Amino acid sequence: MSGDPVISLVDVTKVYHMPAEDVVALDHVTLDIRRGDFIAIMGPSGSGKSTLLNQIGCLDRPTEGDVLINGRSIREMNDNELTDLRRDTLGYIFQTFNLIPLLTAYENVEYPLILRYKSRADPGKIYELLRQVGIDEALAIHTPAKLSGGQQQRVAIARALVNNPDILLCDEPTGNLDSKTGTQIMEMLCSFNEKGKTIIMVTHDTRIAGYAHETITIRDGKIA
Amino acid sequence: MIGMDIFTSLAFRSVRLHLLRSLLAALGIVIGVIAITTLGIMGANLTLSVSAQLSRGANVVTVTPYTGGGRGFMVGPGGGGGEANTNLNITQSQLQDIEQVAGSNTVIPIYATSDQITVGPSVGRATIYGLPPDKVSDLLTVSEGTPLRGGEGALVGATLSSDFDLTIGSRIKLGSTANNATAKMVRVSGILEQQGASFSINADRAIIVTDKYYTAAYGGSGDYTQVQIIVNDLSQIGNVINNTDKRLNRNEKIPAVRISSPSQFLSTVTSTLGSITSFMTMLGAISLIVAAVSIFNVMIMSVSERVREIGILRSIGTRRSEIRKMFLYEAFIIGFIGAGIGALLSVFSGYLIVLAIVGNTTYFFTPASLIFVPQGMFIGVATCVLSGIYPAWRASDLDPIEALRAE
Repeated sequence: MSGDPVISLVDVTKVYHMPAEDVVALDHVTLDIRRGDFIAIMGPSGSGKSTLLNQIGCLDRPTEGDVLINGRSIREMNDNELTDLRRDTLGYIFQTFNLIPLLTAYENVEYPLILRYKSRADPGKIYELLRQVGIDEALAIHTPAKLSGGQQQRVAIARALVNNPDILLCDEPTGNLDSKTGTQIMEMLCSFNEKGKTIIMVTHDTRIAGYAHETITIRDGKIA
Repeated sequence: MIGMDIFTSLAFRSVRLHLLRSLLAALGIVIGVIAITTLGIMGANLTLSVSAQLSRGANVVTVTPYTGGGRGFMVGPGGGGGEANTNLNITQSQLQDIEQVAGSNTVIPIYATSDQITVGPSVGRATIYGLPPDKVSDLLTVSEGTPLRGGEGALVGATLSSDFDLTIGSRIKLGSTANNATAKMVRVSGILEQQGASFSINADRAIIVTDKYYTAAYGGSGDYTQVQIIVNDLSQIGNVINNTDKRLNRNEKIPAVRISSPSQFLSTVTSTLGSITSFMTMLGAISLIVAAVSIFNVMIMSVSERVREIGILRSIGTRRSEIRKMFLYEAFIIGFIGAGIGALLSVFSGYLIVLAIVGNTTYFFTPASLIFVPQGMFIGVATCVLSGIYPAWRASDLDPIEALRAE
């Protein structure tokens, strides 16, 4: 848990221009996250924690300051480069699972791999990954609508991991799950963190935040 | 399983998920493609069959004596009893001039008159043509019997032969003389094929005899009623007309001969048919525009319903161009299915409408007619893909964060 930071936020400011007034969602945030960290970001609604996660997730660019992912500045990247970074270096896990409804569980996991390598994946690898998150082959042929919330989140975790990213970004990963399933999911995330994945998780549940090594609280766009 | 390209597969699944909506949009394309293809095929068949009917004799240039008045377009002895009132003919020296100008093209000097004919008890009138026997086959086709050889042998037109019940060997008396001993008699040696409308000589109600027999019977050797030049290469018709005009009508205030050819008329008819066909195809294209609007609508709906999905795809690393591809594929699939079915059906509908309106399917399976099937299909698919461009662009341009927030 040392060395160069995988993620660096350097004086990041994000301003949303609204018709009535400009909203400062992030106000000069500076933050280093090192390889193998497990960080929980907490804060009340509207505090800017989702905006922070979007900056780290390369879905958005800062108004001022810079975000470095593995030392590369996202300000200088074009849309395709940012997209490829999301595909290869980052794994997203959402509160609402966000699986692609048209694809089966197996295909949802396979999809980022196809995006990256432009060819069909080795089924063994996909099934192995699904086994690791607790989805057997019989479940893998179903579309997300036929799976329970916990199963969907497991598939989503497998999808996030398929391109072997350095960083997992989790946005309220247990928010739509019952506490028992939520605990299982968190234990699974912990085990991936132990295997070396850097995890950044947004939550407002202190019990969930307790799984992280470190908790950062955001208030009014600033790290408190 | 995800086959082929993942974006094709996603596009296919989207079409399948909204099957009814997609099929209704495709139906618009089916109808549009049928409309333009069928009308195109009909136009092509109409033009082909009309110009085939008209172009029999289109390569003929007719030279007639100038009589001062307009005798109408269809120059020819069948036009009435005009010949009896004029002494003007094409002379032997004019014929030689024409032959020189015509070069390798066939020149046929023609004698013609109208006379009373008697077959058994029936009496009527017919045009009598005197032609050099070796050139008859350049103008006319014998359907039954033998070609013109000489002597009293004669060819009769199809209509005349059926009106007078003529068969091979029938004898026809020419002229009004009652004295059978001195009467001119001919014997039917062959019956001509039905000719229909023609710019050459009108042989359906005519009797064709050799030039020798004709001049023996009616006199006037070397004074031809008309001369026809059969031009081997249609594109040379203009030259032949001009050269003949220069040669025969030089130094004359009053022209010596009239020179006419149906080729200009033919091109006018063909181009008019072409305009009518284009106009009708444009009417058909309106249905394709309506179809395009419906595809556009379906694609916009597909994009708005899948905003969130687009957000997911973008956030996990799908490029803008790949999102665009996905929606363009969807439009292409709808277009391909619609246009494919439309093209298939338009072969049937085209055949039926050609049968009903043109009444002649001889030209249906020719490339000039069937080219409208792939062409219609291509236009159908292109219409769909063009209608999909804006929706696809809109989908790819969505902000992933906003899109993820959508319900």
